[in-house]
Amino acid sequence: MNFAVLVFPGSNCDLDCYKAVEETIGQKVDYVWHTETDLSKYDCIIVPGGFSYGDYLRCGAIAQFAPVMGALSEAAKQGKYILGICNGFQILTEARLLPGALLRNRSLKFLCHQTPLVVANANTPFTSDYKEGEVIDIPIAHGEGNYYCDEETLKELQETNRIVFRYAGNPNGSVDDIAGICSADGRILGMMPHPERAVHELLGSEDGKRMFTSILKTWRDQHDAAAVR
Amino acid sequence: MTQQLSAKEPNAEQIAEQQLYKQMGVTDEEYGKICGFLGRKPNYVEIGVFSVMWSEHCSYKNSKVVLKKFPVTGPRVLMGPGEGAGIVDIGDNQAVVFKIESHNHPSAVEPYQGAATGVGGIIRDIFSMGARPVALLNSLRFGKLGGSRVNYLFENVVGGIAGYGNCIGIPTVGGEIMFDESYEGNPLVNAMCVGLIDHDKIQKGVAQGVGNPVFYVGPATGRDGIHGATFASEEISEESEAKRTAVQVGDPFMEKLVLEACLELIDSGIVVGIQDMGAAGLTCSSAEMASKAGNGMELYLDEVPQREEGMTPYEMMLSESQERMLFVVKPEHEGQAKAIFERWGLHCAKVGKVTDDGRLRLVHRGEVVGDMPVTALVDEVPMYHKPSREPEYYRAGASVDTAAYPETTDVLGALKQVLASPTVASKEWVYNQYDYMVRTSTAVRPGSDAAVVTVPGTRKALAMTTDCNGRFVYLDPEVGGRIAVSEAARNIVCSGAEPLAITDNLNFGSPEKPEIFWQLEKAVDGMAEACRELNAPVIGGNVSLYNENAKGAIYPTPVVGMVGLLTDIDHITTQSFKREGDVILLLGDTKAELGGSEFQSVVLGRVEGRPPQLDLAVEKRLLDGVLEAIRGGLVSSAHDLSEGGLAVALAECCMSGQLGASVSLDTELRADQALFSESQSRILLSASPDKAEELTELLRTHGVPVRRIGAVQGSELAVQVNGEEILRSPVDELTRIWKDAIPCLMNV
Repeated sequence: MNFAVLVFPGSNCDLDCYKAVEETIGQKVDYVWHTETDLSKYDCIIVPGGFSYGDYLRCGAIAQFAPVMGALSEAAKQGKYILGICNGFQILTEARLLPGALLRNRSLKFLCHQTPLVVANANTPFTSDYKEGEVIDIPIAHGEGNYYCDEETLKELQETNRIVFRYAGNPNGSVDDIAGICSADGRILGMMPHPERAVHELLGSEDGKRMFTSILKTWRDQHDAAAVR
Repeated sequence: MTQQLSAKEPNAEQIAEQQLYKQMGVTDEEYGKICGFLGRKPNYVEIGVFSVMWSEHCSYKNSKVVLKKFPVTGPRVLMGPGEGAGIVDIGDNQAVVFKIESHNHPSAVEPYQGAATGVGGIIRDIFSMGARPVALLNSLRFGKLGGSRVNYLFENVVGGIAGYGNCIGIPTVGGEIMFDESYEGNPLVNAMCVGLIDHDKIQKGVAQGVGNPVFYVGPATGRDGIHGATFASEEISEESEAKRTAVQVGDPFMEKLVLEACLELIDSGIVVGIQDMGAAGLTCSSAEMASKAGNGMELYLDEVPQREEGMTPYEMMLSESQERMLFVVKPEHEGQAKAIFERWGLHCAKVGKVTDDGRLRLVHRGEVVGDMPVTALVDEVPMYHKPSREPEYYRAGASVDTAAYPETTDVLGALKQVLASPTVASKEWVYNQYDYMVRTSTAVRPGSDAAVVTVPGTRKALAMTTDCNGRFVYLDPEVGGRIAVSEAARNIVCSGAEPLAITDNLNFGSPEKPEIFWQLEKAVDGMAEACRELNAPVIGGNVSLYNENAKGAIYPTPVVGMVGLLTDIDHITTQSFKREGDVILLLGDTKAELGGSEFQSVVLGRVEGRPPQLDLAVEKRLLDGVLEAIRGGLVSSAHDLSEGGLAVALAECCMSGQLGASVSLDTELRADQALFSESQSRILLSASPDKAEELTELLRTHGVPVRRIGAVQGSELAVQVNGEEILRSPVDELTRIWKDAIPCLMNV
């Protein structure tokens, strides 16, 4: 399986995502520069955290115009797995690949700490190794993680089971405690917490590992199914 | 010599007649010397350049005489003081690079940007050596929390540190904060950065190779930060507000680009010399790079990227606009260098060339507007040995008997008071605003004795801490200096690491005052002695003098930033109690030493007497013993006893482990003394019962006094002294007090 980690000027969790893929599932992973226009050789594309273009405007607002974003939309259409973490989630909402927006935290302060998350949907390519309702320990580190969407969108997310993670104790004011959502086809996940920072006992939690194993397993299952056909 | 270009700028005659140099902090005598070096009177840009190069901030002219006392070499030291940052070998062709630097004055007038640019500046010092910055720490001091000005400064300093570090993606993993009235109006903001480097990648700020081009990279130069170095070398006053323009504005996103591009440039192997433009901007970087190579440099100021039109040579040379670097490559590598920066969206401009005549020559609009000997700027700075006098308060301190205070019988009440003191209270409110996890190498997070960051691809890790109790240094600078280094070493050892070296940030009042200079001299004596005894040489640092306001000087605060090496991540140890049933051991002797203690300050409302004494031989034995025990796998938790003494140390071990403890002390001291004395060279260990005997034996062979004082159990902290219970409290309740204190004072 081939992974890409996008690198925008100001990305700073690119290294962590890269390491997480290598260390948890040992798959091939490349950094892909924001000026690239072809993502066709990748099966999963990670949009990492950081402060793309400094985030001096709305977070992710500039990144949506980077050349690589055209290729990302193309990949989305093809049903590739796309995982946006933190700033990556913000970029995906700005690019309209996911609904809603991330506002400033209710406290108006950057928050960095471990956070208990409830797995609300274990039936996605990213969460199949978790159990629904399971509480996992994944850190957050953001100033703008307060998820917002209008009521209609919220209702749709709820009814179509697209809320993938909820905070067990809402740290930032997100509507319906939302920590992560997926696209209608389930192949795009955006989340504020950082699974790539929870892949080793030394880092305080290993609960993020299963996100990467889930992706690999789902891809293999599909791949094998395709091969059989 | 062409005279200045701006009609507003005075000419050389006017500068002399009106003694305008005095406004720049240059004395009559120094002005005379400058005229001698030039063979004529300096024009406006030249006197500006001299004034910043000869400021305390750039030249250490008042402190060098004491800095010479520090041990600066050791078998592991690859680079000592003098370059951007010091470097220490950690084996396997790897080295650690670190330095601490102050941004006190800017933070006093513009706390957010002052602190942010302090962080930006120290990061540049690290990557200009060729190192990858991997961690940030900061040591902060504020006045009494709760007042609106102090709260404003505190909130925004923390905000500025978070804003810069989080964006650039370097984890802020540790540090310390203390609150005391002496820092009212003159907060201390010391930022430390730690980087990793391979030996063969080490860079120097040298302008070698006559004829080589000199490049400028980073954002355009603006009119910000002009005379920042001079501003940092005078006392804070009513007029300081008017010097807000001397404070720069930080752009962490720009620095992230400059950082990545410079590391890529260095990695390509084509860099001859590189240095950041920190204090005194273009002036200091160009003069120092030329000086270190024994060369000269010619700068073409029209080529300097400018943010505004009509900037004068004076403004360009003295601007402290941030995120700028100066580097030298060979002419044939120009294109390669430019391509690297272009990939990162950065423009680099050729602004000069290396010359062989030893002059710093400034060319603007086709004319030479400044021409100065480099040696006069860098090496011939007048050095001062200011008069020193033992202060009256110090003599008076000798007669205070802190053992004779009336006994405080409500020990639990006192513990709660001390836990709620912002200096002791949980700093979660602060560090939760810092991204301390980015780069996924942080193995011990803020809140334990030292932070631990792993070295990728190896079993090694680095422990790092900053420490200094200014009260102790005030009460006895020599002992206080010894304590600062020893406490740092204790924190490093408690984390499972061996101390490697220190970087120091000497924050003092005005050296013009003999009593202050005495504090500086004595503190350095104490620190130097401790560095020698504990094998932790000084590899670099920073001096910040003139930390005064209308009420007087701050407590002398020589902050120690120490880095230690863990040879194996299995040795990582934290302060929290781990398991019910573990035995608790107190190492070291407790005496009735309350001078300068948190108890004395918070409960008794005084700061007086002598601080605890410290015997470096005793300290060394303790450190050696504990490190061997940790490496031998005998220790569950280790915690240094510092502010608040044994009572607070026990509470912290309980709170961080969410476990209780039952403790029984047999002592000749009163309960309040036994629990709140801040006697030095003490560590609290917990260990599994089956290892306790071996552990005790090992420590005794090192000559360390060991007392088994109780066990980890239940959910309460209970303490008996000589058979009588004097304290019992649910750990949860203590935790609440400890965690709520700062948010409450910040009105959250």
